[in-house]
Amino acid sequence: MNNGFTPVVAGRASGGDAAAPATPTSIAHRGGAMNPSADAIRQRFAGVLHRADVVWGETTVIVDRTRVHDVIQWLHDDPSQLYDYLSDVTAVEFRDLEQAVEVVWHLRSLPFRRFLRVKVLLEKGAPLEVPSVWDIYKGADWLERECYDMFGIRFAGHPDLRRLLMWEQYKEGFPLRKDFPLRGRFSRSEQLRQALAANPEARYSKDELSIADAFEDLPADMRQRLGTGERTGE
Amino acid sequence: MGLSNERSEGSALAGRSNTELSGDEPWITTKLDAFVNWGRKNSLWPMPFGTACCAIEFMATAASKYDLARFGMERQAFTPRQADLLICAGRVPFKLAPVLRRIWQQMPQPKWCISMGACASTGGMFDNYAVVQGIDSIIPVDVYVPGCPPRPEGLMYGILMLQKKVENERSSDRSLRHEMEPDPKSQLYIPPSVIDEVSEPFGNSIHQTRSGL
Repeated sequence: MNNGFTPVVAGRASGGDAAAPATPTSIAHRGGAMNPSADAIRQRFAGVLHRADVVWGETTVIVDRTRVHDVIQWLHDDPSQLYDYLSDVTAVEFRDLEQAVEVVWHLRSLPFRRFLRVKVLLEKGAPLEVPSVWDIYKGADWLERECYDMFGIRFAGHPDLRRLLMWEQYKEGFPLRKDFPLRGRFSRSEQLRQALAANPEARYSKDELSIADAFEDLPADMRQRLGTGERTGE
Repeated sequence: MGLSNERSEGSALAGRSNTELSGDEPWITTKLDAFVNWGRKNSLWPMPFGTACCAIEFMATAASKYDLARFGMERQAFTPRQADLLICAGRVPFKLAPVLRRIWQQMPQPKWCISMGACASTGGMFDNYAVVQGIDSIIPVDVYVPGCPPRPEGLMYGILMLQKKVENERSSDRSLRHEMEPDPKSQLYIPPSVIDEVSEPFGNSIHQTRSGL
């Protein structure tokens, strides 16, 4: 049955019918072969790539905050890169307050079997804001929400940037920041009181469940059933 | 509890002509409490509220090897409205606290609660910003089962303890079936000062101050 779906064969773009790679052993801590995408970024975007490291066989590129969206867009679209999978968005804060906060994107190219870690340094005093990549990878939605929830980093352009893990009325701050005490800022009784004051049924909006948005994409018979008001699963 | 099934001779029955019984039927006398409690303790319908690894042990307890059905728990209730016993198995984050409270309030009387495992009972190793330090600050708990997680034998021991508790209940004790209402101001059963007192930092590990850093 041809439904227009072409399966992605990992590594197909780089080596034809090359055999699946074996798990590498005895990788050096520093050095080793660098992901060719790092050099490609250096050539394509002049002055945007600040540094490229290879640590434990994985390449990390540190790029400029203002151009990170362009770089990731290009990595996603360019036929020589094809980073089609965003596996994580997170951040790193260091105990040294002078050290910059890092925002990290983990990109993977299935056609080329490549992994690239893109970082942006948010220097001390700079606003904790980076561009959202939601328009490139829809999967970035919850990853960026989680990163905002835990670190307070704002992703400009995200359609619905609110807390993901903590509840929306959470007032104590951003739990993974270094200045956040492990037990939270409020007393235990105050935390309980605030948690219990939440209405458990007000947490999920109809929009969040997004059946309304996806309605047109449903199969015709399901659309008809839903249109008549029939409810399933109850 | 007295039980009689002795077959009386016709002559012995002659003096009890006011009874309808022919004398062949067995009969018992008992206290109403004993009878009701006997029925309740042997037909506790548990509702598992499983949030973590304790739920895996609960499943093992309910499965064929340990077979919770031997104690009258043949039917697991997956709706609070048909449950007698809430088994909270696993850690409860603050975000889940109003859900657990709502589920407890949806259960009809008589109802009991078992707090299974270290996390549900005290917060366990999760002495952090996200986890409730013991579900007894949200709902009343009858039996605490220690362990991380408790083995099925441990949970069954807790259930047998609860059965003993049910057996000894007295219907004249109005406090038993009284629905506990939380304090309207704080929404807590326990005074906030008590919660803060028992959850004060202790030990010498890091991050025990509220200042951070």
